[in-house]
Amino acid sequence: MFLLKEVKYKNILNIKALTIPENKVTCILGESGSGKSTLLRLLNKLISYDRGEIFYNNQSLKEIDSVKLRRSVVMLPQSPAIFSGNIRDNLLIGLKFAEKPPVSDDRLHAVLKLVHLDEDLNKDAEKLSEGEKQRLTLGRVLLLDPHVFLLDEPSSSLDEDTEHIIISSLVDYVKKNNKTLIMVTHSKKVANHFADNTFEIKKATIINEGEV
Amino acid sequence: MKDVINLQIWQMASAYVFIVVLLIFVRIRGISREKEILISALRMTLQLILVGYILVYLFENINPLYTILVIIIMEIFAIYNIFKRTKTKLSKPLKKIIAISMLLGTLSSILYFLFIVVNISPWYDPRYFIPISGMIIGNSMTGISLGVTRLVDGMHTQKHLVESALMLGATPRMAAKKIVNNAFDSAILPTINSMVGMGIVFLPGMMTGQILSGISPITAIEYQIAIMLGILGSVSLTVILFINLGYKTFFNGKSQLVIGD
Repeated sequence: MFLLKEVKYKNILNIKALTIPENKVTCILGESGSGKSTLLRLLNKLISYDRGEIFYNNQSLKEIDSVKLRRSVVMLPQSPAIFSGNIRDNLLIGLKFAEKPPVSDDRLHAVLKLVHLDEDLNKDAEKLSEGEKQRLTLGRVLLLDPHVFLLDEPSSSLDEDTEHIIISSLVDYVKKNNKTLIMVTHSKKVANHFADNTFEIKKATIINEGEV
Repeated sequence: MKDVINLQIWQMASAYVFIVVLLIFVRIRGISREKEILISALRMTLQLILVGYILVYLFENINPLYTILVIIIMEIFAIYNIFKRTKTKLSKPLKKIIAISMLLGTLSSILYFLFIVVNISPWYDPRYFIPISGMIIGNSMTGISLGVTRLVDGMHTQKHLVESALMLGATPRMAAKKIVNNAFDSAILPTINSMVGMGIVFLPGMMTGQILSGISPITAIEYQIAIMLGILGSVSLTVILFINLGYKTFFNGKSQLVIGD
């Protein structure tokens, strides 16, 4: 799915070679500041690499239109982005951005259930706790139904039990629907439990890669 | 209609009593603003005297080149003033967009107003061209300054939301839509508000001036209505041009956000 060759981005990332397989759960581990988030941003084409090449489905990222790519490879940042409005607005805005048709409240409730957020759709999204906001934004990207999910620490604001439940339901969804999940996590426990593939970034380079 | 009362020097000087009262007040209260008050009163006096003589010269020596030169000076001053007024640092491309929007927006409004609405003759008549251009350029300058501040601040403070929208597949236009709309709103609102209060809360300066100089209030009002609509049109056009071109300077050709932290 993703193939990286001699990719360099400033002094932040320097990857000799890396393959991220399709329809699998891949976890990226590493200390903060090691370049994990930068890698996701490169895959989402929010930034462009200085050297080397990244291929998505055998096509160079340079040749793919950024907006078109992002509608297929959606990224979720670590700190949840809440737009003004209620929970419904915040779920639907993703579809609006991706120019997809809006969905019914039933579908929205189903997505909220998937991320274990039992809240009224009319509730002001700003009133949610950090953990709830994170789950809401996760629900937003699930609703988009992209081919690839790039998730940057999607459970950083959750306690360990909730983290396990959420990631478990997320991985189930991904497996059932033949999606690809690339997830940055600080937790080796999460990586060991859920990932098909894992690699660690240390000081901008990959030091450890392999199937779990 | 009565003749206009020409102010004598002593009458004009007596108006400076207001400045003296203000100076006494700030001195007693210990507000250290004496220097600013004096300088601003002095600048206002000198600038207006100078403009008065320049206008007299221009009206007596009617020449299309002079009229064009005055408009160019006004535009340059207005654009420079916008750059100076904005607290945040403006990028080079954004400065270029500000200048283009000001020139296109104000000049097209001025030309439309003078040639279609008022229908002046000769086309360069400075008695109409200069004051009307001044009002249109001045108001557009204020509008666009507010728009620039709101757009630049919005793009910086809401960088996270803009980038999150891009991550979800939004085009730069969609991602910046809310900030762009807010910028337009804050730029246009003072003009709309001033229209609402006009005639009830205050009598506008141009109209007051015309009435004082002996022109029928009805004629003065006709001019005032037309100029207000002209100002609204120019402010809107200038700001629309600016925000529609300006937000693009925050993105590159790859739909990536290019704002430094």
